[in-house]
Amino acid sequence: MSFRQPSVLPGFGLTFGFTTFFLSAIVLLPLAALALAAASLHWSDFVHVVLSPRALGSYRLSFGASFLAAAINLVFGLIIAWTLVRYEFPGRGLIDALIDMPFALPTAVSGIALTTVFAHNGWIGRYLEPWGVKVAYTWVGVTLALTLISMPFAVRAVQPALLEVQRDLEEAAETLGAGRIYVFRRIILPAVLPALLTGFTLAFARALGEYGSVIFIAGNLPMKTEITPLLIVIHLEEFDYHGAAALGVVMLGISFVVLLAINLLQAWGRRRHVRAAH
Amino acid sequence: MGAALPSALAGDATRPGQHTWLHSLVRWLFIAVSLTFLAAVLLAPLATVFVMALERGLQAYLHSFADPDTAAAVRLTLTTALVVVPINTLFGLAAAWAIAKFEFRGKSILITLIDLPLAISPVISGMIFVLLFGLHGWFGVWLREHDLSIIFALPGIMLATMFVTFPYVARELIPLMQQLGNDEEEAAITLGAGGWMTFFHVTLPKIRWGLLYGMVLCNARAMGEFGAVSVVSGHIRGLTNTMPLHIEILYNEYNFVGAFAVASLLTLLAALTLVVKTLVERTGYRRR
Repeated sequence: MSFRQPSVLPGFGLTFGFTTFFLSAIVLLPLAALALAAASLHWSDFVHVVLSPRALGSYRLSFGASFLAAAINLVFGLIIAWTLVRYEFPGRGLIDALIDMPFALPTAVSGIALTTVFAHNGWIGRYLEPWGVKVAYTWVGVTLALTLISMPFAVRAVQPALLEVQRDLEEAAETLGAGRIYVFRRIILPAVLPALLTGFTLAFARALGEYGSVIFIAGNLPMKTEITPLLIVIHLEEFDYHGAAALGVVMLGISFVVLLAINLLQAWGRRRHVRAAH
Repeated sequence: MGAALPSALAGDATRPGQHTWLHSLVRWLFIAVSLTFLAAVLLAPLATVFVMALERGLQAYLHSFADPDTAAAVRLTLTTALVVVPINTLFGLAAAWAIAKFEFRGKSILITLIDLPLAISPVISGMIFVLLFGLHGWFGVWLREHDLSIIFALPGIMLATMFVTFPYVARELIPLMQQLGNDEEEAAITLGAGGWMTFFHVTLPKIRWGLLYGMVLCNARAMGEFGAVSVVSGHIRGLTNTMPLHIEILYNEYNFVGAFAVASLLTLLAALTLVVKTLVERTGYRRR
């Protein structure tokens, strides 16, 4: 087989050449620089950087808060998607459009706005303060910011799956005497499970790398409220390029594993889909 | 971004067993939970932006844009977007043409590589350019000898922005052009039209809404990017501060009216982006 199948259409050389050249220059070459910078670090130094107590503390917060945010979005994403797909209410179209707001809104804006709302004198923060719940400048705030920016991933992953649930099946089950909870557990949940897990993983991946919205609300205390991306920035500001690159490689490696998980989940979902159709 | 909802499925009233008191209780509970969640994490912050910006009145709000550093930040952000968006649009068109119109080996790898910047933390996206062009980077010494600066200067900001917005146009156009197929282009070529003529008169009219949508998304991210640009910018007031970076500086100086005034512009831009998205979806163009 040759590299390319013949076609009457022109322009392959031009567009393919431009695409690969530009991709190499803007994306691949800089990423290679990262790999080289981390590789030029001696193994013991690499371990020293990526397993330092401060780095471990930042992983704990970054992974913990991202996981929690993705879990919150798993629950609320399903509820919101369900509400938007199944119920008619005034303002539904507007709410549906607003779900994408965290995609479009610059992270710095989300960051300062959330901090203001949840500060001890903010609109919501002042009602939480008497209960002893501090949001701004704690890990709770970090989780909240990550929840906001990853929310659209969860909702948008589940929405199409919910639309495809066959309502005939639900009605048949109910006619045969099944309760709503039984129908949800045995018909709806199995149908949307792959989409739910994909949404969870996408939200988790997005939350892990997030920087802009978090640094405003986090307080940024080492070991306590310092996320891994911020630790990378701190290394860079001290001109410790190798340390920054080492942490960057660790984060990239983890993102790669998460992306792999997404692809496997989606393949699993497609297989289930095909099996269900037969 | 997600698909629009066909409203045909939303009507519940005519279905059997849908009007019991339990069902309407569950229904209102779900709507209430959804709206409360969205109000707390999304609507309250959005409203805060404008309330804080206008806290000292319209006069103070407008006055904050007269600040020369703020004006410089707005200019820098506009300049960056004006350079980055057209370049990435050109790339997106070329990539979509190569990938959607031809069959070749390694296509799926190419698509994955194009999407790569979306999976990378913004901080790392900025850092890779510091590693290349920074003072202690691969080309740092050479650049200094030739008195060139990329990091902590405009070229670095543009490169980092180009990296993070790289996939946006391409990933809108590739599935759209794959779905539309090649028949019309092949007919045009067979009838004697040239390549460019075919592109401008056959392909472009079919993909214009998807193209517009991709460009709008690319622009929103280009103007709003914080993490990647923050790493390469150096935060020099009036010189290398984009609007999001200027928000951070004003906010940390407790100049809340100024910070939220700049934030309000970016919020309006985000709202405009969503309006374009909704309008484009209404024309019938939908993402997979």
